[in-house]
Amino acid sequence: MAWEVGSYLNIGAILALVIFIAAMLIWVERRLLSLWQERLGPNRVGWFGLLQVAADMIKIFTKEDWIPPFADRMSFVLAPAIIMVVILMSFAVIPFAPGVGIADSNIGILFVLAMASIGAYSVMLGGLSSDNKYALLGALRAAAQMVSYEVFMGISLLGVVALSGSFNLREIVIAQSDGWYIFPQFIGFVIFLIAGIAESHRLPFDIPEAEQEICSGYHTEYSGMKFGMFFVGEYLGLVLIASLLTVLFFGGWLGPAFLPPIIWFSIKAFGFIAFFILLRAAIPRPRYDQLMTYGWLFLLPLSLLNLLVTGAIILSTQ
Amino acid sequence: MFDLIKDTLLSQVRTLWLVFSHAFVKADTVQYPEEQPYMFPRWRGRIILTRDPDGEERCVACNLCAVVCPVDCIALQKTEDEDGRWYPEFFRINFSRCIMCGFCEEACPTNAIQLTPDFEMAEYVRQDMVWEKEDLLISGTGKYHNYNFYKVAGKTIKGKDKGEALNEAAPVDIRSLLT
Repeated sequence: MAWEVGSYLNIGAILALVIFIAAMLIWVERRLLSLWQERLGPNRVGWFGLLQVAADMIKIFTKEDWIPPFADRMSFVLAPAIIMVVILMSFAVIPFAPGVGIADSNIGILFVLAMASIGAYSVMLGGLSSDNKYALLGALRAAAQMVSYEVFMGISLLGVVALSGSFNLREIVIAQSDGWYIFPQFIGFVIFLIAGIAESHRLPFDIPEAEQEICSGYHTEYSGMKFGMFFVGEYLGLVLIASLLTVLFFGGWLGPAFLPPIIWFSIKAFGFIAFFILLRAAIPRPRYDQLMTYGWLFLLPLSLLNLLVTGAIILSTQ
Repeated sequence: MFDLIKDTLLSQVRTLWLVFSHAFVKADTVQYPEEQPYMFPRWRGRIILTRDPDGEERCVACNLCAVVCPVDCIALQKTEDEDGRWYPEFFRINFSRCIMCGFCEEACPTNAIQLTPDFEMAEYVRQDMVWEKEDLLISGTGKYHNYNFYKVAGKTIKGKDKGEALNEAAPVDIRSLLT
């Protein structure tokens, strides 16, 4: 089987690597958080604590997987699967390097946005089917947050689409050979970054989970590997948003030739992941209504303005 | 608008930078079994019974420690040897109840019971948390090297009558006042 975009070898390698990296991020996050909080973090299991993930996995697989008797069984089981599937599907259109990728869809960006929208169902179903008031509150918050932040997540990308003239992520990367889109689309980048964090409900926008307020929100009733899937799903979302930022604004695999393209991609994506973890370490969670106000009254007009100005400049220079 | 940007964006960026700069600060963690933390001399840890400089038990079985103990973890029984010295027949501390408050040390009139900086007292069997006198008694004097209760107290024991203790005046012969 040749090593080309969409070959089985390619698909298998990307799938395995993405899940492996998402799992290892549990360790990375704990070590980085403790670095910034003047602690050491897990450093006992294996070299530098690298096998901590293996220990966590053994624990979570052998834990009792309890389904509450009052829960709606089918959607309760379905919910954690949805988020994993949906985010793994989104990786299908990410171009990691020349020749590395699963599909070069000409609707790449739309596909990712559509998958993100379906991801909202996972959280909603999980919260609703648990029949638990905290889970329900978490689901309500998640639904409102994801629906409102999806709006300008899409709009903030339209500047990139207008500049490159394509929805295909691989073509967007190639269009950045003479300049990354971070410079002409800086406002779009910031808005997409914020919306991406809100979309993957990472801290500081983890309002659907919010341990201190609603006792881990929509996955309150989940245990065992079902909780583990929500957990790994969150890290998968983190990798996805970091990859998207790399592809859309930081020139994907493009970089000086002394390193192979896939390494450039990894460096950039890991930079974003580290930045997300820094955000978690530094920024406190906003109040729920502050988040919504911030989204609708500030980010949405700003993203529309960004789109308008970008369009005007493109039209006037043609 | 400028105030909004200043209050929201710049303060967040500053926060991010400050937290990031902590990456270059040495971690506070003491990696315990390999590195030992510094224990202060007055740390209230494992309880010991000390001896006086002559090597005799200091404890006179006065029961003050058992009385003051808020969790009632000390049990002892007074007895007396042929010299007239009081000592505990048994002295038992249940460390699974002890809260290391140090009240017993404060109450002790003879500096016998003392708390030490040792805190590594974990046991696998609960019964092993009960320490008897032979476990508690050490051969040294603990924190007070020169103190010897019977040398300064007015109690009569064999070889030391009333008035023979340090800084003690001879007892007054009350009948002598009549003459």
